Amino acid sequence: MIRVDLPAHLRTLARVQGEVSVDVAGEVTLGAVLDALEASYPVLRGAIRDHITQKRRPFVRFFACEEDWSHERTDVPLPDAVTAGSEPLHIVGAMAGG
Amino acid sequence: MSGVRVLVGTKKGAFVLTSDGKRQMWDVSAPHFAGWELYHLKGSPADPNRLYASQCSGWFGQQIQRSDDGGTTWNPVDNKFTYAGVPGTHQWYDGTPHPWEFARVWHLEPSLTDPDTVYAGVQDAALFRSTDGGASWHELAGLREHGSGPSWQPGAGGLCLHTILLDPTNANRIYIAISAAGAFRTDDGGQSWKPINRGLKSEGIPKPEAEVGHCVHHIAMNGSRPNVLFMQKHWDVMRSDNGGDSWQEVSGNLPTDFGFAIDVHTHEPETIYVVPIKSDSEHFPPDGKLRVFRSRSGGNEWEPLTKGLPQSNCYVNVLRDAMAVDSLDSCGIYFGTTGGQVYVSPDAGDTWMPIVENLPPVLSVEVQTLQ
Repeated sequence: MIRVDLPAHLRTLARVQGEVSVDVAGEVTLGAVLDALEASYPVLRGAIRDHITQKRRPFVRFFACEEDWSHERTDVPLPDAVTAGSEPLHIVGAMAGG
Repeated sequence: MSGVRVLVGTKKGAFVLTSDGKRQMWDVSAPHFAGWELYHLKGSPADPNRLYASQCSGWFGQQIQRSDDGGTTWNPVDNKFTYAGVPGTHQWYDGTPHPWEFARVWHLEPSLTDPDTVYAGVQDAALFRSTDGGASWHELAGLREHGSGPSWQPGAGGLCLHTILLDPTNANRIYIAISAAGAFRTDDGGQSWKPINRGLKSEGIPKPEAEVGHCVHHIAMNGSRPNVLFMQKHWDVMRSDNGGDSWQEVSGNLPTDFGFAIDVHTHEPETIYVVPIKSDSEHFPPDGKLRVFRSRSGGNEWEPLTKGLPQSNCYVNVLRDAMAVDSLDSCGIYFGTTGGQVYVSPDAGDTWMPIVENLPPVLSVEVQTLQ
């Protein structure tokens, strides 16, 4: 199981509390985790990445094991600790005023 | 027992305000969708328990929420607004071509007869329709594909389709307005559109009387006379008596004819309301006095309505979708401000009182009259 830590607004939207867990069949890449997350919580479609281009929304960030994965390719395997479930993938609303 | 339900969209959530027909005592809901921008909420005229809300965020994009119980509970519906075909380009602020990009839903207009049919006006300017209660959205692409589309330029708030008026006597006729392209009308249910801007004059564009390019801020209609339209333009208050085919200015003795909101009395189709704003660079009332102006003659002759409104040190704005009227016998007028106040006049504007005074900046106000 892959652990995912959502920002507060997306937890409210998905009606979950705390972390969520998703199953990923095959290689655990950022893209595969997002696919699984959106399959489990369809309301998140369009909220993390664009419906059409599948690009990350500009003010969303991905962190894992204290590293910024926001600008990485989405077909690269995530760190082993995320794959093993000992560390979550953090999805974060970027710090931007307002 | 009659009553009203006021739907308020703000920069940080939505609020539902309810009262009986006297409109003196109010219940104020806790914020719905706290922390999100609620550009607009509106109820179905065919089923008052069916509400639609546009919820958006600079971080997490667009959501559409639907309530089937009058706003007590909400459920997200489809949020995918995909332009039909190859979207092409419109003009950017600097005059260069810019691809059509969806940003947000500015206005939701439920059908007059079917609770499951609702129109959405979006930025970048386009009109979408759902016929399944928001479960899917489809563009009425004839509007965006109007020959003038590539020349449309955004106003300061973006290239937004912010006004949708449905003709209660003709299901095929719809009016829309876009900043800063102007007003358009369809007479075939949205297949084809024509600009209806003849008579508008805008000094801020290269050709002041151009067919398109006008910054229309809002249009209002009384359903008993759907051919008569009233417009608050960037500058100028305008009137059309022929479904938009031509317009004439009715700013008359207003202290300034800049503004955003305009509405029409429910039972008196020649009684109209505006909130004059000082200028396009100073978005607050002249002289720090919050005054609604009422004309009982369909324009030109205006009287200030001040009783109960702040008459000093008031520097708020009233946005285009932040004024509404109810349909009780004594017509109630409502408006919200960027300072977080929502005011009601239960006597057609003679006297005013705040319903709430400390909400986040108000983006939209709609009212449902409940029987």
